[in-house]
Amino acid sequence: MSIRQMELEVMRYDPEQDQTPRFQSYSVPCQDDWAILDALNYVKENIDTTLAYRWSCHMMVCGSCGMMINGEPSLTCKTFIRDLPDHVRIEPLANFPIERDLVVVLDDVMEKLRMAKPFIIRKDPPPEDQEFIQSRAALYKFKQYTMCVNCMCCYAACPQYALDSSFIGPAVLTLAHRYNIDSRDQGKSERLNLLADHDGVWECSFVGACSEVCPKSVDPAAAVQQMKIDGAKEWWKQKLGGAKS
Amino acid sequence: MSRQPYIRPVSKTTWYMRNGRYKRYMLREVTCLLVGLYSFLAIWGLAALAAGPERWGAFLKAQQLPGMFGFHLVMLIYFLVYMTFDWFKLAPKAMAVQLGEKKLPDQVIIIAHYAVWAVVSLFVFWLAGVI
Repeated sequence: MSIRQMELEVMRYDPEQDQTPRFQSYSVPCQDDWAILDALNYVKENIDTTLAYRWSCHMMVCGSCGMMINGEPSLTCKTFIRDLPDHVRIEPLANFPIERDLVVVLDDVMEKLRMAKPFIIRKDPPPEDQEFIQSRAALYKFKQYTMCVNCMCCYAACPQYALDSSFIGPAVLTLAHRYNIDSRDQGKSERLNLLADHDGVWECSFVGACSEVCPKSVDPAAAVQQMKIDGAKEWWKQKLGGAKS
Repeated sequence: MSRQPYIRPVSKTTWYMRNGRYKRYMLREVTCLLVGLYSFLAIWGLAALAAGPERWGAFLKAQQLPGMFGFHLVMLIYFLVYMTFDWFKLAPKAMAVQLGEKKLPDQVIIIAHYAVWAVVSLFVFWLAGVI
């Protein structure tokens, strides 16, 4: 196993001492099969125990190790040393307040997640003594949107959210869309505020950056554009319905 | 321990310089200015048409001046080709076409857009007497 000496330039912020974030460099002997997360763990275990960052699974499931790597939002467990130059700059996810070092405050998105009502809503009672029947075709309609691990890389890539954090944002809108197009769900009207509100889908100007950085290929930009079409259809339905009555 | 989250400033005027992705987006969006300019040109042309054959002839002659020729060329390449290419590339995101259990490949949707574009263009050329 070959070792490569890498320079990690890591953003540090101690709310009790620093007025603004600063950068600290660490020289790390990296094995060529390491991900950036391994290099950070090496720093934490061998060089600087005060470095704060989030991680859990190391296998692209928990979604907690998202950071800016050379300016690109990415999961550090998925970003491999072998694909990077010798000098790497690591910052906390962009567009979120920094709690400490590489840890960001996600309260805003967590609050917005509740607004999406990310669960199946039924108006009719569920089928008695049997499960909901769903065809494979109906499942494939929304399956890709279930892959989201809430890593928030899409928010870090979204310039709309950067400029106006009241925008509901890619992951939450995608989650709402995922339930809206689930054949078992009947709660679309309850999520209508996400469509119609000023801060909803119409705030998206289709930069498409969210889909380009998504580590799970969820394609949030597609979900948001499809929600726009759904929203426009609803609007016309209401207009035509109103004209008839 | 006190919480004091730090909010990184974002420039409202230069945010799009952050990466190539944002710059490409702005290049696409800025084509709206060209649409505006071309609208003025169309209004000028209509006014010339309404004013009679002499003014219409002058309008057509003006379009052949080197400056105007350059403007039309920029419009054709930048607006028509670049914007069409960029939007058609994004079209499959807005159109989720599923046939049974399979999603229609993005390339099919993009090629269909180009095909429709070609047919409509040919129709317009035919209408204009070019072909």
